[in-house]
Amino acid sequence: MQMLTAFSFAVTTGTDRSRMQHTLTPRRWLVLVAVMLGASVGDSLLGIGMKQLGPVSLHHLGALFFALKSPWIISGIIVLLGFMACYMTALSWADITFVLPATAFGNVIVTVLSKFWLHEHISPSRWIGVALIVIGVGFVANGPSRTVHAELEIEALP
Amino acid sequence: MTPMTTMAPSTLHTWSTIFVVVVTATAGDILIAGGMRRLGDLDDIRAEFGLIGAIKAVLTSGMFLIGITCMALSFFSLLFALSDADLSLIAPATASLTFITTTAAAKFFLKENVDRRRWLAALFVCAGVALLSK
Repeated sequence: MQMLTAFSFAVTTGTDRSRMQHTLTPRRWLVLVAVMLGASVGDSLLGIGMKQLGPVSLHHLGALFFALKSPWIISGIIVLLGFMACYMTALSWADITFVLPATAFGNVIVTVLSKFWLHEHISPSRWIGVALIVIGVGFVANGPSRTVHAELEIEALP
Repeated sequence: MTPMTTMAPSTLHTWSTIFVVVVTATAGDILIAGGMRRLGDLDDIRAEFGLIGAIKAVLTSGMFLIGITCMALSFFSLLFALSDADLSLIAPATASLTFITTTAAAKFFLKENVDRRRWLAALFVCAGVALLSK
C-alpha cells in the first residue's frame, strides 16, 4: 500500500497536468449519467424477466428463446444496448479510469432505490460499500476526464 | 494429517477461473477503450457521417472487435465459474478485482495519467463493489 501511494505520488507530479482536459459539456455529463444508470437498470430489468421465466437448465437452453417474448427482457436488452453505446461514446472522449468508476455508481443507485422504494433491508456492510463507491467516484469526478498524452498513445497501441 | 499449506484442487480451480475472468474482462475493457480513442470523438463522427456512419466506424474497428470477443470470453468464463463455485466468492472477486487490473492496464497500455486520486478511486470502488456484491 505504501509502495502504491509512493508510486501514485510520483505520477501526479511533473508537467502532465498541463495536458489534462476537463471539458465536459452538459451533454457529456448526460452521457455519463446514462453510463451510471444503464448497466444496473438493464441488469435489473433482465433479472425481473428471468425470475418470471423461472430456472433454465443448461440442457434446455432453447427455453431462453421464450425469454425474448418477455417485455422485461426486451426492455433490459434495449437499455443495455443504449448503455453500451453511451459507454463507448464516453470512452471516445474520456479516460477509462474516469469512466469505469461511473459504472459502479449504478450499484449505489440500485441499493438506495431498493431501500427507499422497495423497502428492502440493506445490511451495514452494504451501506459501507455504498459509501466507499460514492467516495471513490467523488475522487475521480473532481479530476480531469482525459489525461493521456494524445499524440503518443495512439502510436503505442498495437 | 492433511497438509494445510497446499491449496485444495477446488480452491485452485476457483481462483484460476476468477483469474481468467478478470484478465479477459480487463483485456476487453482496454481494447475497447483503445479502439474508441483511436477512432476519435464519436460525437464528431456522428455529426459528420450520421448515426449509421458512427456505427460503421465502431464495427469496423479491429481493436473494438477483439475487445468485444474478450468481453464475451469473460462472460462465458464467468458462467463456467458460477457453474460449480460459490457465487458469494466469484461475484465480488471478479467485479472488484477488474477495477484494479483495468486501472493498472490503463496506465501501462493506454498511457493514462493514473494519479493518486485515481488509484484511491479504484481502491475505494473495488472495496465498495466487493461489499455490495457479497
